[in-house]
Amino acid sequence: MSCWDTVQKYAFQSIGYGERVLPKSDITLCDQFTLIGSGMMVNLYFGILAVMSGFIFANALAMAKFSGNPWTRKPAEWFIFLFRGSPLFIQFFFAYFLFIYLKGVAPIFGPLSAAWLGALIVLFLNTAAYSGEIFYGALLSIPKGDMEAADAYGLTGWSRFRKVMWPTMMRLAWPAYTNEAIFLFHATTLVYFSGFPVWRQQGDALYYAKYIADKTFNPFVPYPILAFYFILLTLLVILLFGLINKRLNRHLPQAQRSKVKYKPNLIR
Amino acid sequence: MRLHGKRPIIFSYCSDPSLLEGLKWLSCYLTTGKHMGFYVSFGTVLLLLAITAPAALAFGFGAAMLSRARLAPVSWIGKGYIAAVRGVPDIAFFLFFVIALDQGIEWLLHQARCPDWSDPIRQGNDFVVCDIAKMPLGTSPQWIHETYGFALAVLTFAIVFGAFAGNVLYGAMSSVPRAQIETAEAYGMTRRQAFWRILVPQMWVYALPGLSNLWMVLIKATPLLFLLGVEDIVYWARELGGSKMARFTDYPHGDWRMWYFLVLLVFYLAFTRVSEVVLARITLKLSHGQATVGGEAQRKAA
Amino acid sequence: MKSLILTTAALALTAGMGMADTVRLGTEGAYPPYNFLNDNGEVDGFERELGDELCKRAELTCEWVTNDWDSIIPNLTSGNYDAIIAGMSITAEREELVDFTQGYTQPSPSAYAGMSEGVDVKTAVVAAQASTIQSAHVASTGATLVEFATPDETVAAVQSGEVDAVLSDKDFLIPIVAETELMFLEEVRLGGGIGMAFRESDDELRGKFDAAIASMKEDGSLNDMLDKWEIEGKF
Repeated sequence: MSCWDTVQKYAFQSIGYGERVLPKSDITLCDQFTLIGSGMMVNLYFGILAVMSGFIFANALAMAKFSGNPWTRKPAEWFIFLFRGSPLFIQFFFAYFLFIYLKGVAPIFGPLSAAWLGALIVLFLNTAAYSGEIFYGALLSIPKGDMEAADAYGLTGWSRFRKVMWPTMMRLAWPAYTNEAIFLFHATTLVYFSGFPVWRQQGDALYYAKYIADKTFNPFVPYPILAFYFILLTLLVILLFGLINKRLNRHLPQAQRSKVKYKPNLIR
Repeated sequence: MRLHGKRPIIFSYCSDPSLLEGLKWLSCYLTTGKHMGFYVSFGTVLLLLAITAPAALAFGFGAAMLSRARLAPVSWIGKGYIAAVRGVPDIAFFLFFVIALDQGIEWLLHQARCPDWSDPIRQGNDFVVCDIAKMPLGTSPQWIHETYGFALAVLTFAIVFGAFAGNVLYGAMSSVPRAQIETAEAYGMTRRQAFWRILVPQMWVYALPGLSNLWMVLIKATPLLFLLGVEDIVYWARELGGSKMARFTDYPHGDWRMWYFLVLLVFYLAFTRVSEVVLARITLKLSHGQATVGGEAQRKAA
Repeated sequence: MKSLILTTAALALTAGMGMADTVRLGTEGAYPPYNFLNDNGEVDGFERELGDELCKRAELTCEWVTNDWDSIIPNLTSGNYDAIIAGMSITAEREELVDFTQGYTQPSPSAYAGMSEGVDVKTAVVAAQASTIQSAHVASTGATLVEFATPDETVAAVQSGEVDAVLSDKDFLIPIVAETELMFLEEVRLGGGIGMAFRESDDELRGKFDAAIASMKEDGSLNDMLDKWEIEGKF
């Protein structure tokens, strides 16, 4: 069987197209690359959706924590503390437990116990908390002069926020936010690792790597392949976020532009 | 660390738990040998953190120094290590790295101690080294096996987190103002002296935010310890929480994993909170007398 | 490498011989009645008793080590312990990597269990522990496979209604069916009996244990042990 046949059979295994049953013996290098690559699509799905949705919520959280009103500040502070102070591993576990319980209460909560929705919600909340803290820190470090200039132009309320505060906050937060995005992608490997079960053998890259390591009894091939894919993904994220960073800083003189430094955390 | 054989029963009334109820039952349940293992594992995690943090810092320091080397190939080694380890999710490392490390150590020992060995080391699927190259030796008592396993876990953590620490320290070293080094050179210090006497003492204040963050991340990575073969708190929480049938235990119960994980959650929240407070204090202290905004503010206030 | 040792066994017997290497027995410690941790945190169960008896007969000093199911074979081949005695069915796939002794249980049936009768296990949603012969079997039928990391979670999933049934070794399910609402649905025969696994390069050690198992079959003590732990099938 040529490698191309393998790609056709297994490239979309993780999302339910192609061959239904995973290979059991004679797993070739091509099988490994194809299957783990197929699983990467699942990691991308979780990563991209969680980053995009988390970004919006993180903005709201940063505003809430920044505001003087204790009714919005306190909940935001607690939320951020809860999600930043505990390991994602344990968050997944509790979420799965809760979702199973909710499913018993009303059938409308049914989809929550499936990873595609349940795990996405956990990742969304988690990245929102981390990014929220980053944005909040950036809000605090907006130069005083910028705000005074805004006052001088007569900007107040929403337009002051939209035209001065928010762009400056984004610019300041972007390098740290890039790191957060990278390690969110890394964190997607935890989805099927703790809490959420794998349905129909459709898992993420780590699931396939583990499956292969189990069938071939050799961990030294699949995990480095997984590592290879993730290094590629990391480079891609750096490239993309770098482009946005360039745009955010385009008005500044060359020397003042903050460079995106790749400094991700590991597991949360 | 480990409890061998039958444990003394702590409360005398625990000899027949099936007759007990309520608090009495609970007090017996919570003092079984298994639970002692659970409590000890908290200590294991703290011990691992206490050893790993300085070890990772040492790895990071080495990597940062390599990265700064003037000889390009040497600096590539440092930079390559930092970049490669950080580009990969740590679970991927943990899942195969310990076996690789173990085999690597045994291979080296084998080369050193058994030069006359003629059989191949890889026999089919097996990894076979001569008896005296085994780590630990087949004759060693159990505690040596355990210590060795623990040491491997520490080393793995240190290598992974060393890359992150290396990145932070490399950044911190470049953040110390050039003028400081130039002044040192003007005083006639060699490059080496300037590095150790001027750069290193000053870089910590720049490194501290990054290192604090890394410490938090390190704390939160410990639930993955069970992957490295250390019986950590997650291992015991799963083992104790799973439902137990009356045939196999004196204390049958349903699925209680929820409660055990709740204990872990509280432990982690408390631990990160305490760390935050302590780190804030250290930051304050380190800023003292430094040429930074923080240090300047302290000087003015005094 | 998992180097959690729960206890030493048969130490007294060979203490006089001094330098004899200890044989390290790897197990999972989460699969009653075969192997599990008792209230004292020691390895217990059918295989614990069997292993100790085999070591006695082979005049070896043995130690018990637990290891995650997922990496139990790689850790054997890389030499972190010397034998696996963990309810591992003898299969052709595994034979390619490790060598088994003769089985010490009869080829034991696997069974489906669910919360209600009338579940069609060919089309239902079925839970199984990942990387077991049971999960491979469910994947090859028309049923929807849901994989969990531990056997405990597979049972919990049936109880919570997340899945319709669980497929597992029947002996593992018997006490659960006896004590909870679960009921047996169907049986299938998968794999051979359960045997101890050794490195392919370790024929000598395997021979010793194989002989010990044979002697236990001959004098009927293996049957007594199977009886005691309520495991089906006799020799």
